[in-house]
Amino acid sequence: MKARIFVTLKGGVLDPQGKAIHHALEGLGFGGVNDVRAGKLIELDLADGTSDDDIDAMCRKLLANTVIENYRIEKVA
Amino acid sequence: MKSAVIVFPGSNCDRDLAVAFEAATGVKPAMIWHRDTDLPADIDLIGVPGGFSYGDYLRSGAMAARSPVMQAVAQAASRGAFVLGVCNGFQVLTESGLLPGALLRNAGGHFVCRDVPLTVENAQSAFTSRYAAGETIRYPVAHHDGNYFADDATLDRLEGEGRIALRYAENINGSARNIAGILNDTGNVLGMMPHPERVIEPAHGSTDGKRLFDGLVEGLLARA
Repeated sequence: MKARIFVTLKGGVLDPQGKAIHHALEGLGFGGVNDVRAGKLIELDLADGTSDDDIDAMCRKLLANTVIENYRIEKVA
Repeated sequence: MKSAVIVFPGSNCDRDLAVAFEAATGVKPAMIWHRDTDLPADIDLIGVPGGFSYGDYLRSGAMAARSPVMQAVAQAASRGAFVLGVCNGFQVLTESGLLPGALLRNAGGHFVCRDVPLTVENAQSAFTSRYAAGETIRYPVAHHDGNYFADDATLDRLEGEGRIALRYAENINGSARNIAGILNDTGNVLGMMPHPERVIEPAHGSTDGKRLFDGLVEGLLARA
């Protein structure tokens, strides 16, 4: 079983990396980009039967810092 | 008086902090590897040093905060040992929950490495007793992730409880309310981005940091 964990900065938390990417896109001539937010994708290869609670605990205890980040779990068959 | 400095893979200010501890206490601190699970019994003072523990993987301080030794640090803190986290050490303390908030990438996107003026906000703490409230001091900073963040309720609580120890006199990294260093609710844990251990001898160009360590030792002696 695999799970993908998407970790993103909460709204209102400044994202200098996203800003830099935005500037670089504009520098390449791409117009129409209103905003860029950068996050992380963490792929977990899990033993079958790993509970949703365990995956959630992994996110809360390590993968995301919930002071500044949100996470979303996507289970892949 | 027993002191210790925690060493993570990627710490690079651990020996500087050890020199500062030894100068102030007169005794060499124990250097504690991150895989250790015990600190010396009755430890009085623990340093969590600067550097780039675990290469800043995942988030600055995130991996170090989950290393075995940090449980021992939390236990020592809960029974009143003084804990000083500098730079990456501050990031480790927030990641481990010993201090509130988080340290984000600097707002300007740049690594900031220079001496900065700081205002001593709280001169009552054990860490700042040798300074005067409102005094301006200069410590070096060298960080990429020093932008202190916490929600407004937490910031208001820190202000109300006098837990902001130091503020930047000029905002160098986007930190909320110019916060450079904060205390825990019992006043025995201080996390700060600037480096007091880099200004303890005249040859460093300033001794502004020496008073922090001397004040700590004075506080420990008074408590003994």
